Amino acid sequence: MSAIEFNQVVKHYGQFQALKSVSFNVEEGDFFALLGPNGAGKTTLISILGGLAHATSGAVRIMGHDVATDYRNARRAVGIVPQELVFDPFFNVRETLQFQSGYFGLKKNDDWIDEILASLGLTDKAHSNMRALSGGMKRRVMVAQALVHKPPVIVLDEPTAGVDVELRQTLWQFIRRLNQQGSTIVLTTHYLEEAEELCNRIAMLKQGQLIALEDKATLLNKGKSRTLRIKLLDGTLPASLQPLVITQAGQQYDLKLSDVAALDDLLAQIKQAGVTLRDIEVNKPDLEDIFVETMHGTAA
Amino acid sequence: MQGFQTLFYKELLRFWKVSFQTVLAPILTASLYLLIFAHVLDSHVQPYPGVRYTAFLIPGLAMMSMLQNAFSNTSSSIIQSKITGNLVFILLPPLSHLEFFAAYVLAAVVRGIIVGLGVLLVTLVFAIPPVQHPLWVLVFALMGCAAMAILGLIAGIWADKFDQLAAFQNFLIMPLTFLSGVFYSIHSLPPFWQAVSNWNPVFYIIDGFRFGFFGVADVSPWLALSVSGAALFALALLGYQLIKSGYKLRH
Repeated sequence: MSAIEFNQVVKHYGQFQALKSVSFNVEEGDFFALLGPNGAGKTTLISILGGLAHATSGAVRIMGHDVATDYRNARRAVGIVPQELVFDPFFNVRETLQFQSGYFGLKKNDDWIDEILASLGLTDKAHSNMRALSGGMKRRVMVAQALVHKPPVIVLDEPTAGVDVELRQTLWQFIRRLNQQGSTIVLTTHYLEEAEELCNRIAMLKQGQLIALEDKATLLNKGKSRTLRIKLLDGTLPASLQPLVITQAGQQYDLKLSDVAALDDLLAQIKQAGVTLRDIEVNKPDLEDIFVETMHGTAA
Repeated sequence: MQGFQTLFYKELLRFWKVSFQTVLAPILTASLYLLIFAHVLDSHVQPYPGVRYTAFLIPGLAMMSMLQNAFSNTSSSIIQSKITGNLVFILLPPLSHLEFFAAYVLAAVVRGIIVGLGVLLVTLVFAIPPVQHPLWVLVFALMGCAAMAILGLIAGIWADKFDQLAAFQNFLIMPLTFLSGVFYSIHSLPPFWQAVSNWNPVFYIIDGFRFGFFGVADVSPWLALSVSGAALFALALLGYQLIKSGYKLRH
């Protein structure tokens, strides 16, 4: 059984087609990144997962439970951290988490609440009113709220947008531990280095369609473009190569190659121009390069 | 059950934490109404034989306060949560439609009853109305609060902004409650307005409630019970259906 199954999910908002038949699975134990530019449909997909939106057609299952027909079991199986920073100003942090536990049917949950508070660095804020917390602290409480019922599937919708370094580190340390203990994690983020570092599988959405779904390693090997770093001993870079320059520092140039085959031609041009190379280094693309390539439809 | 209990308790705590505004203020307002109307009208008007105007007014004012506060509780809670976005924390958990519906409505009924009791207590200073049929009093109090709580739920779900909710409150709830015989017996009205009042469900709620106190009213308590019951049932059906379908809550 997959942790999450999206099966031909379509979502219309009036005339606008937010999702155009999206199908993929997230397996148990995955640390899964859902990437795509703003408006690609990531949040719509997560809203349907959490029952905040109804799919126009198609089915979504969480741990085998359909989010529409078996919504109570589906919701018990997932903890979602929404993207918008929201809170109830009437209550303090502990009350907020106790209420959230109660909504999930849990009466005595204080041991686990204490553990979450400690893991997220919230222990000394337990009795602070939500209004009195900084943005980062409110974000931590939202993460805690999603975890009160120990869900097997945890979904974080841009959890680190506008958040300081310390929280990011605390958060990822904690989420990684939960993943190692067996939780399935789904993450959307615009910080691609985070996804590259944390995730084992990556999906990319564009305009409501799935355009890539791979293991991270496979995806990273797929990128055709290369960055070439050369240092010149003397002479100047031939004018014909100037359009390829990404950055230049003194005699050191970073050049963008569309693929490895372009290297021969480039070296030939350098030789022809009578320029001597002192050093040369070819780099594979990182996730950000691949993301850009994929979004522009140049990937294999 | 735990989900219902938690949401119910949260809703109670929500209004109790601001009880100056949600409980004490309406009690004071009702007392001021009574003070002024009783002062002006007590010696001039006798709605029923042997019933002083001040005594007549007390159940009407108590019921009006109950209805308005039951409405306010659900409607303002829902719209605040919708606009600030924290309704998401109620929508994500596995609460059943019935738990969601019942928790909001019952918490509002509790607020209505507390305000009603408060109004009755304070107005005892001015006049002590008899209580001929306590069971009728209780039945109509609960039905009135529940009906308005559900109407508040519907309004809160429907309204996208505070302005729309205010319109609902000022152009529907206020006229319905003020023109329902809170301040007068509808027998004192010209025939046209009597006929209009007969189409106002709130009139039956207040009339039945008043029957419980005085043993006399404008219509039979059984008719009042039937009309109020039918209105309550229709509202409950509509309110529950809105939650079930996710209208304006789940997109």
